[in-house]
Formats: sequence, C-alpha cells, structure tokens
Amino acid sequence: MSADQAIALIQDRFGVTAQGEPDGLTVEIPVDRWAEFARFARETLGCRYFSFLTAVDWKEAGFEVLCRVEQIEARLAITFRTRLSKETACPSLTAIYRGADWMERECYDLFGIRFDGHPDLRRILLPQDWEGHPLRKDYAVDTAHHPYR
Amino acid sequence: MEVKPPIPQIPPPNWREFKDLQEWEQCAQARPEGDKASAFAEQLFESLEHFPGGWLAVTSTEKIFNWARKSSIWPVTFGLACCAIEMMATFASRFDVERFGMVTWASPRHSDLMIVSGTVTIKMAPMLKRIYDQMPDPKWVISMGSCANSGGPFRHGYHVVKGVDRVVPVDVYVPGCPPTPESLMFGILKLQEQVAEFQHTGTREPSDRAE
Repeated sequence: MSADQAIALIQDRFGVTAQGEPDGLTVEIPVDRWAEFARFARETLGCRYFSFLTAVDWKEAGFEVLCRVEQIEARLAITFRTRLSKETACPSLTAIYRGADWMERECYDLFGIRFDGHPDLRRILLPQDWEGHPLRKDYAVDTAHHPYR
Repeated sequence: MEVKPPIPQIPPPNWREFKDLQEWEQCAQARPEGDKASAFAEQLFESLEHFPGGWLAVTSTEKIFNWARKSSIWPVTFGLACCAIEMMATFASRFDVERFGMVTWASPRHSDLMIVSGTVTIKMAPMLKRIYDQMPDPKWVISMGSCANSGGPFRHGYHVVKGVDRVVPVDVYVPGCPPTPESLMFGILKLQEQVAEFQHTGTREPSDRAE
C-alpha cells in the first residue's frame, strides 16, 4: 500500500488528514478512537511492525501519547498521536500489538498514564514502592527516597 | 487479500512479586552484627596484651597480618557502568594489578575489596549493600569515578544515589570521569598504605553522611 492510498483511507475513515513525508506520516486522532485507529492501522493498512509508544508532557496542555507503527515492505510509517484529557487515561493497544505491553508499562511508570485494558499495569523500571512519576514536568527531582536519599 | 493477524491471548502473570527496597533493608538489618571470628581474634589480642611482653607479639603479628592483607587484596568482580571498562583495563595484562596480588574473584565471600565502578542507582543500591554485607571482614571499598563519589553528572537525576558513601563506608575515592587505569592503580596503592595501618577487625561505624 502506498502512502497516498493510506492517506485516502485515513481521510475516508477518520476524517483527518495525515501530514508529513510518506515514510513518516503523522495523524492526530481523538482519544476515544485510539484503539480503533490502531486496529485499522494493523489490519487495513498492514502496519504489522510496532515501533514505539511514548508520551509527552505539555504541562497545561495535558499529556500527549504517540505511537509509531510501520509497514516494512512498503516503507510506510504512521505516527499517530492523541491528546489526553485531565484524567490521563488512554485505551491500551496490548490486544492489537503484543509489543505495546512493556511500552505502556514504561509509559505508566514514568508518566503515570493509565492504560485501560492493559493486562498487567505495573512499574517496569523503577522499584515497585516508588512514589510519583519522574518524567512528569511537575515531579520534584530531589524528592526524598528512603533510605538512600 | 486482507491479512488477518491473530489476536494474541496474553496469559495472566504468574511471577513472584519482587521485594521492594524496604524489605531488602529489613533483610539486611536482620543479619547478626559483626563477624564472630574477627571478634574472637580481637578478644585474643586484647587478652594477650596484658601479659608481660605481650604487646611485642601483638604488634609484630599485626604487622605480618597487615602485610599479608595488603599484598593480596582480592576485589570482587563487580562492575556497574562505564568505569568498569577502565577497571577491566586495569585488571588486564597491560596494567596488570596481579603483581599487587590482586585477583578478581567472582564471589563476595572470598573478597576483601569492592571497587564501586560507576553510577549507583536507587534500585541498585540494595543489591550493592547486599554484596557488601556478604563480604567477610575486614573489607574495604574504593569509590571509583565521579558517579560513585558524588553522583557525578547524574547528581540531579531522580534515580541516582548521590554518592556511594550513603550506602557503604568508603576508604578511597578515585576522581575522574572515568578515571584512567593509572588513577585507579594510584588509588589501589593508597589503599595498600591504608591497609598497612589497619588495626582493628570487626564491623565499622556507618558513614556519617548516611541518614
């Protein structure tokens, strides 16, 4: 599938225009169609390769979750992003992409974004008794941590 | 033809929960204080000092023991970060610390020295403490590199212990980022001087910087 076909399909189904180069399309979608878009990207657009999932803290403007999936053979890559509301919850992509499991756990660990439908949402990098989510902009870096700080 | 990938069925987790930092600390504190064999030696020396001429035997045996200790410091094989590369270079044939009698040993229970080579994260600190606790007394620690000394460039990170002396007592600090093998060898020679003056066995006071 070429990038033009993908842009047309996305426009047809979701009503948004994909921006950017053919090997790096960017789509902005609302959070309630997040999982739907992922399934669409995997099954219809054929993007079987899950590259990464991460988040950005835009302070007052809220959190943004973004995810990149690729179709290796056609060199088609789609980055889809969504802006979260105040409760920082997002549907999980684990049922669609198996590789989203640890990425979402890391995202939860460092940003505190709750992924609804994730089978095992625990911390992955930090100790289980850690308080707070350190990559948030409002996290105080010098937070005391018993017993070594 | 449209490809229908199978939807993965993720099994429920069945692993044991990893112990958190407080539980590690409780395990470390539940360990009995002191080393019984060295406490016995200390008692023997103290009683020997009360005999006439006993001090002569005590001081000369201490000297012999210290000479033996400083001539065969075995560091535990323990590398944390990029400083470990320089540490390995020090142990390798070009710099060859084996002429000081140092053999890297892959067990803390046979080792005298721990070279903390690299960044100590808060998650790693209990494991480091555990390795240190497993080493028999007398034992020494070299803090190698800026990260182990003070946190270094990661001092203002959220996950770094600001100096390994908050976890274990340190004898020699080797500055550098990373220290060259010559620096580490200088630190080892300084440690040998310190070991030659070593007087008492048994556990030491914890560092005053530790909270």
